[in-house]
Amino acid sequence: MARFLFPEWTQPLKKYVITPALLVGPVYIVLMAALVKDPQTLRVGYMPEQPVPYSHALHAGEMGLDCRYCHNVVEQSAKAAVPPAATCMNCHQTVLPRSEKLLPVRQAFFENEPLRWVRVTDLPDYVFFNHSAHVTRGVGCETCHGRVDRMVRVWQAQPLTMQWCLDCHRNPEPNLREPANVTVMGYQPAAGEGAAVKARLKINPPTDCSTCHR
Amino acid sequence: MASPSEAAAGSDGEAQAVFRGITDDVSRVALNPTPKWWWPAFGVSNLMLLCLVVSLYHLFTTGIGVWGNNNIQGWAWDITNFVFWIGIGHAGTLISAVLYLFRQDWRTSINRSAEAMTIFAVAAAGIFPIIHTGRPWFAWWMIPHPNDMGMWPQFRSPLMWDVFAISTYATTSILFWYMGMVPDLATLRDRAKERWKQVGYGLLALGWRGSARQWHRYERAYLILAALSTPLVLSVHSVVSFDFATSQNPGWHTTIFPPYFVAGAIFSGFAMVATLLVPLRHLCGLKHIIKESHIEAMCKIMIATGLMVGGAYGIEIFIAWYSGNAGEWFTFRNRVLGEYSWAYFAMVSCNVLVPQFFWIRKCRTNPWIVVGLCILINVGMWFERFVIIATSLARQAMPGMWGYFSPTRWDVLTFIGSFGLFFTLFLLFARFLPVIAMAEVKAVSPEAHAGKDHH
Repeated sequence: MARFLFPEWTQPLKKYVITPALLVGPVYIVLMAALVKDPQTLRVGYMPEQPVPYSHALHAGEMGLDCRYCHNVVEQSAKAAVPPAATCMNCHQTVLPRSEKLLPVRQAFFENEPLRWVRVTDLPDYVFFNHSAHVTRGVGCETCHGRVDRMVRVWQAQPLTMQWCLDCHRNPEPNLREPANVTVMGYQPAAGEGAAVKARLKINPPTDCSTCHR
Repeated sequence: MASPSEAAAGSDGEAQAVFRGITDDVSRVALNPTPKWWWPAFGVSNLMLLCLVVSLYHLFTTGIGVWGNNNIQGWAWDITNFVFWIGIGHAGTLISAVLYLFRQDWRTSINRSAEAMTIFAVAAAGIFPIIHTGRPWFAWWMIPHPNDMGMWPQFRSPLMWDVFAISTYATTSILFWYMGMVPDLATLRDRAKERWKQVGYGLLALGWRGSARQWHRYERAYLILAALSTPLVLSVHSVVSFDFATSQNPGWHTTIFPPYFVAGAIFSGFAMVATLLVPLRHLCGLKHIIKESHIEAMCKIMIATGLMVGGAYGIEIFIAWYSGNAGEWFTFRNRVLGEYSWAYFAMVSCNVLVPQFFWIRKCRTNPWIVVGLCILINVGMWFERFVIIATSLARQAMPGMWGYFSPTRWDVLTFIGSFGLFFTLFLLFARFLPVIAMAEVKAVSPEAHAGKDHH
């Protein structure tokens, strides 16, 4: 054969494979990137197994313990603090002292070895988040962590994307409440409460890179 | 431009023989066994390309600190090389688009290889802005796209305009080059003896048969792409100059920059075209197609653009003095007489004095003198970008912002490597693709107009 032209059998290929792939391919990629790869899809609902079957629903929900009883430095420090086993033992030396389920807690307490809790709400290491800056300015616990009082085992409630952080930094009012009520779950702010708190505390959230990336 | 078959229809067998001769000579370059000179040239280019691979590996695994850049000289060889390569590309676009629209027939012998040079120069240029960010794996953030970071490119920044200018330039140049090559690829397909070459060129030729309808559409598409490329000759390097001109830095903050950069780009581009084509026409036996008169025409363009560039140097210094702006005058005094004065005078002598030799007829007609002068011009144009970048940063407003740039071995290796990439691609082009637009050359050859008395 002297000259190579596209043979007959390539015609259906062009019509049914290449053209549709060129048309559908970009849509497919955009859908995968926008919907499937999104942290809203991949990360929200992350609920790892913990070393102790501790129920926030029981402690924070039914019994109404304040978040700050265990996460006690949240108002002063960048980190909310995962409590030591000693905090558990405050009650559990008398409440259910022989419970099978609490064995790891007692073990940790008496052997002076920390419990290896699995972190649920985990920001990337290049993000500097400060709990005290948010909690003392009236951003409720539930705003980022969800209704922990209803979670038997804690799961990630929010996507924690930069977009999600910026949404609030650019328009904080809907998520502000009287700082006295930050730990209240299912809180319904009064009309204009966010704006009032913002004005009174002079809240002006920065959005430059170095706010979080230092 | 008429198609060759049409044009030849009324002419005699002599014209047919001339046309066949052109096809033979150009196809031979791509279809004959590899000539002896090609392997050593390709080997050296590959070694240089290896320098690029090694230095980029070192850069990515270690960081920007491997270069001589510092807090004061934040831009140095990286951006110098970028502007140098992008400028080189401009001659290709000017030749293929602007000279086409102005019906400069002599361009047809050089436009294919000049376009190829454009694309390879843009490829070499494109590396530098991406690697100088320090985190090249985030380069895709420069493309505006919906994302979960809530981020959008900063459209007020000329660095962002650069992204669009360069990517438009690369896309348009590749389309123009490839589309123009389709009929010639079909010629190679029809002349190839080996099956794999027939299939390879056949796939690239996109099923070209040379029918009247295909020629008609080809001509239309070529005209449209030429019209699209024409503004790019002016816009791309103008946008590159905005990187400097929109800043507040004395030495950069100048309204003359866009035309000055465009003239310099065309100047350096023609110098590079001549540097490549003189050996190419010699080694591939194409002296009767790329004629001496074509090289002479390029030399004349270099005189013109060289004078424009020289004028710009003068105006810059005049305005620095005439404006009465102390900072501006200080910067320019340092540029000429300061620590970098050796670079300034290298630039002026290569860019202003060297092209004056082209007034002498002998310097235009002896191709080897042309190559020598063109290499000097390219050295000068590299220094021009270095002078603009380095001297303007070396003496900023406060003595605490004074510094001096010394390249490290990695700066040098990266620069050599970019030449390796450029030459490797160009040698592959010169070996496997139609180096001359056969169809176009035939259409403008005198034989195509024999018997049609329309002069």
